[in-house]
Amino acid sequence: MSSVPHDQVAGHGVTEPHGHDEHAHHPTGIMRWITTTNHKDIGTLYLWFSMTMFFVGGIMALTIRAELFHPGLQIVDPEFFNGLTTLHGLVMIFGALMPGAVGFANWMIPMQIGAPDMAFARMNNWSFWLLPFAAVLLVSSMFMPGGPPGTGWTIYPPLSVENGMGMDLTIFAIHIMGASSIMGSINIITTILNLRAPGMTLMKMPLFCWAWLITAYLLIAVMPVLAGAVTMLLTDRHFGTSFFNAAGGGDPVLFQHIFWFFGHPEVYIIVLPAFGIISEIIPTFSRKPLFGYASMVYALSAIAILSFIVWAHHMFTTGLPSASILFYMYATMLIAVPTGVKVFNWLATMWKGSISLEAPMLFALGFLFLFTLGGFTGLVLAIQPIDVQFQDTYYVVAHFHYVMVAGTLFAFFGGTYYWLPKWTGHMYDEKLADWHFWGSFIFFNVAFFPMHFLGLAGMPRRIPDYAQQFTDWNMVSTVGAFGFGLSQLIFLYVVIKTIRGGEKAPAKPWDGGMTLEWTLPSPAPYHTFEHPPTVK
Amino acid sequence: MVRERMGGRSLARLAMLGVACALMAGGAAAAPPQWEWYFQEPVTTIARTIIDLHDYIFWICVVIFVGVFGTMFYALFKHRKSVGHQAAQFHENTLVEVVWTVIPFLILLFMAYPATKTVLAAHDTTAPDMTIKVTGYQWKWNYDYLDDGFSFYSNLSTPLAQIEGREPKGDNYLLEVDNPLVVPVGAKVRVLVTANDVIHAWWVPAFGVKQDAIPGFVRDTWFRADKAGVYRGQCAELCGKEHGFMPIVVEVKSKEDYAAWRDEQKKKSAAAAENPDKVWELADLVSHGQQVFNANCAACHQATGTGNQAIGAPALVGDKVVLGPKDHQIDVVLNGQNNGKMPPWKGVLSDVDIASAITYTRNSWGNKAQENVVQPSEVKTARK
Repeated sequence: MSSVPHDQVAGHGVTEPHGHDEHAHHPTGIMRWITTTNHKDIGTLYLWFSMTMFFVGGIMALTIRAELFHPGLQIVDPEFFNGLTTLHGLVMIFGALMPGAVGFANWMIPMQIGAPDMAFARMNNWSFWLLPFAAVLLVSSMFMPGGPPGTGWTIYPPLSVENGMGMDLTIFAIHIMGASSIMGSINIITTILNLRAPGMTLMKMPLFCWAWLITAYLLIAVMPVLAGAVTMLLTDRHFGTSFFNAAGGGDPVLFQHIFWFFGHPEVYIIVLPAFGIISEIIPTFSRKPLFGYASMVYALSAIAILSFIVWAHHMFTTGLPSASILFYMYATMLIAVPTGVKVFNWLATMWKGSISLEAPMLFALGFLFLFTLGGFTGLVLAIQPIDVQFQDTYYVVAHFHYVMVAGTLFAFFGGTYYWLPKWTGHMYDEKLADWHFWGSFIFFNVAFFPMHFLGLAGMPRRIPDYAQQFTDWNMVSTVGAFGFGLSQLIFLYVVIKTIRGGEKAPAKPWDGGMTLEWTLPSPAPYHTFEHPPTVK
Repeated sequence: MVRERMGGRSLARLAMLGVACALMAGGAAAAPPQWEWYFQEPVTTIARTIIDLHDYIFWICVVIFVGVFGTMFYALFKHRKSVGHQAAQFHENTLVEVVWTVIPFLILLFMAYPATKTVLAAHDTTAPDMTIKVTGYQWKWNYDYLDDGFSFYSNLSTPLAQIEGREPKGDNYLLEVDNPLVVPVGAKVRVLVTANDVIHAWWVPAFGVKQDAIPGFVRDTWFRADKAGVYRGQCAELCGKEHGFMPIVVEVKSKEDYAAWRDEQKKKSAAAAENPDKVWELADLVSHGQQVFNANCAACHQATGTGNQAIGAPALVGDKVVLGPKDHQIDVVLNGQNNGKMPPWKGVLSDVDIASAITYTRNSWGNKAQENVVQPSEVKTARK
């Protein structure tokens, strides 16, 4: 079973109001948000932080696209351009996508497993409040003397050793965000393993919780590795060590091995929670239980384990020996098998269902379609001889935006529309949400599909200016990017509008909803499941 | 824009062209080419194999994609709530699940086999006809003909005015250099790739060759171009602010033309090495120095000598090092300063180049240094 139908749940999710009302125990105004230990408040903070960083990173992306509209240097100089590529990547990954996923986890995991809150409520507060400080460090690195960190988000030495003090700020920001992620992960693992309602065995847990459990283990495994890598970078920069300096007996490629040992699992850290959200949405709007629940769990685990042994496919042109190229190529190709299983299971869930196409389902289908396309280009890139042509070209840029944007981000949009009624107590504006979907879907493809062509034709990535044969597709791509950016304003508007009012949402706005959160009233009361429900 | 090539690739091109046409308003063939959407014309066996491999895997993916999403769209239309479809409640089927695990695995085997053959072929650098060492610098390439004992630098030759939009852009905008790499047609060229400062990547799409240039390590790769012509590529690893401005141009010449070119280069390099003690005229130093300065120093200090404060490159106009004692400036240029922000040039530029560049800075942009001439012999002495 994919999840627990609510009619099997005995008892109430909500404590009857007896004497103390839900606002009695916490401060109001700004102090509510600074001191909160409530998983719903913290979830909201994470989600708004993610949204803010999404727009900050988006403005950087649009500046890049504006510069690339036409050959020649028009808007920014090359140093600032390199700073933009670096920070756009870091801001989107560490500022928008990862905190967004933690926001969903905070809101939904306790409600889906019948827990009253996260296991470590105060640590939860701290793991969030580290983030704004990290974000300020990161973004201010753009304006430091010596220029912005112009290395790309991969911060490869020796270039990152050469950089000005903006690089130090970036390194500290990564440290802080890493600490935040590790604390968040410990919290999520402890919550899932210890606070499940009686009767909810692991294999009855909603798939979103499974996806996050596995993600949290990945985070704990790799964030310290990244912290180690950037610390070595820091000591190379300031304390005379030579980890990555050949002249002192080090090796610049060592950094790449360590970085990608973090970096590849990181890809799945970003996408597994999205898989979880999609696995909730598709059954609900197909009105049919998730197909192959157990194989979904096994596929998630297989992807997570394989993600540790494929890192060098990011380094196919560094001059690895043939034997290791073949190993990493085969291992990478293997990931297609569990990923395929997931796609087939989602399809089989829809098959012979009773499908309706509200905004969450539209985004889930958009995810399925475009993520699979990004998966195929991933398979093409896994083939090392082909990767030799595509490495560091726009083909790679197209590929990872298909899995990060049309994959994870679309899943987050879908998840937001799916749970907004539960969070706010109001239904969102379906018509505007559909506009948001179609705007995002169409302009995403206008922006990123031509990048495949640019990569095929030989345009390197991370360049502020380009040869004239790349002009046409770059213009198309820039138009698409601005369309995509503007479409996101619809999203912001819909979310604010839904918070402020709208049609009252019932406890279960989706008739196909099968998980515990739909047994709670909408909006979900401040404290839920103070007495755990019993899951039969 | 569509170049003629043979083989089963035409179908792939047709399919991709369909997608291309759906997205674009239209494009006319002109120089430079427009709406480029497919691999550059390959001139080595490896590059051709890569394209075939890509198209083979592309087609497998297309078939799977159509199958999977055909099924999805069928379900979307037929199994809709709005058409009154009642949901079935099945949620597992072991046989089906095993089948769709095993079949993709088998398909992968069919992809892995040709891929493996290509990997092994591309890494076979044995028995080359000639060996060239390629070194990446911020931001230019050095080509060292190890068998013939001469070497030269290869700099972007697109004028700044074109980049800044003050002049119309040429056909080979950003893809042109002062001294291209020259190789004979049909020869197996082994390329040793390394870098002097940060990581670069030497990439020529038409050869199917991309190799990261890693400071302190030498990697090798190879190509055998089977058609004479000029082939253009770019640095493919972010290497700092001029990363987009260090192209690679390879001229493949007939065996005879190559031999003539090589002999001329050998003569030139012998002549340059011959007489470092010769005393140069001021005008000659300044005119050679301007070339050296613009190719090597202007990226940071600017062609106008006004520097770039954002990256800590001082203005040389009125600078006290430039106007002060020449021995100090020679030392700074040879050995660098500021923790390598000003890099050491002693391993990069010759005595003549350094003397000329220094002399140029001391006599340009209104600078009138007291000690205004630096001879190559003085640089030679300072090296010791």
